[in-house]
Amino acid sequence: MLNYALMIAFALVSAAVALSFWRLFRGPDTPDRILALDTLYINTIALLILLGIYLKSALYFEAALLIALMGFVGTVALCKYLLRGDIIE
Amino acid sequence: MQEYLLSFLIVTGAVFTFIGSLGLARLRDFYTRLHGPTKATTLGVGCLLIASAVFFSTQGEQLSLHEMLITLFLFITAPVSAHLLAKAALHLRLKSLAAIPKKAEE
Amino acid sequence: MRRLLPHPIVTPVLAVIWLLLVNSTGAGHILLGILLGWAIPFFTLQFWPDKVTIYKPLTLLRFTAIVFIDILLANFIVARLILGSPSRLKPAFVAIPLALKSDIAISLLANTISLTPGTVSALLTADRQHLVVHALDVDDAASLIAAIKERYEKPLKEIFEKC
Repeated sequence: MLNYALMIAFALVSAAVALSFWRLFRGPDTPDRILALDTLYINTIALLILLGIYLKSALYFEAALLIALMGFVGTVALCKYLLRGDIIE
Repeated sequence: MQEYLLSFLIVTGAVFTFIGSLGLARLRDFYTRLHGPTKATTLGVGCLLIASAVFFSTQGEQLSLHEMLITLFLFITAPVSAHLLAKAALHLRLKSLAAIPKKAEE
Repeated sequence: MRRLLPHPIVTPVLAVIWLLLVNSTGAGHILLGILLGWAIPFFTLQFWPDKVTIYKPLTLLRFTAIVFIDILLANFIVARLILGSPSRLKPAFVAIPLALKSDIAISLLANTISLTPGTVSALLTADRQHLVVHALDVDDAASLIAAIKERYEKPLKEIFEKC
């Protein structure tokens, strides 16, 4: 039962990663791409957590926590660049 | 019983994560796309993390609650990044399906 | 007392976060958590913004519960809107006039709006009088503003500002 649920979940989250990648390449504007990256890192956390349950290992938690912290900092830095970059021009 | 609860949480979480990304790919302007990832994806990953906490608490010998940290962190940061993205988009004057209010243009 | 324990709420919160992070409740970790919870606010005192006072803790609890339920509902509403036909959506920008003054109340209101049904806060105007909000599917802007003011802004004003 749990294995079937995990397989379905892996398929759905992988599809979510694919859709985010599509938006990342398609654009059309910079904020769209930043939003796609933001979604991608959250999807990656989901994948890592699922992998942790599948392999019965708590090791993946640290990786997920680090991705959460760094992903947020990355999004904020990119947005700040967009907001400030124009002021300097 | 516990296996059913876990399976339910995992599938619900994955479905919401998927819907969030579907919104990102499917909707037609930046501001509406913003809604999918900020809400659906956050709850989806929250469900998965709760499932993980339940799984490791019942499998291992001790309570495992550190997944709550990621959930809490995501719930605090998701609106902040959404606000910054929307602000950046308004600043760049991205085209929008809705009329941009005068107050935002100053 | 005030100088030795500058943030009485932050200290236990930091201690709990430390215990969650190491995922253990051993006596040593509890002690270390309390020590860290005391030391971090004590040594970063100068960097902290203005002190926050909570006037009505019970209202804060009720507000948290309401927001939590709204977040769950919001997800089903947004999921239905995303799965429906995108051309039927009626997105709109709405400017909400603010009655709040304090920083913490305004930022909490903006975060709450972003997490609840079909709205994302987009911009706080420079004069801090209006919060521009993007709504995913709106029929009547005036009733949306009234709902947000009644449901979220009023309790926040009671909690963080002296009337």
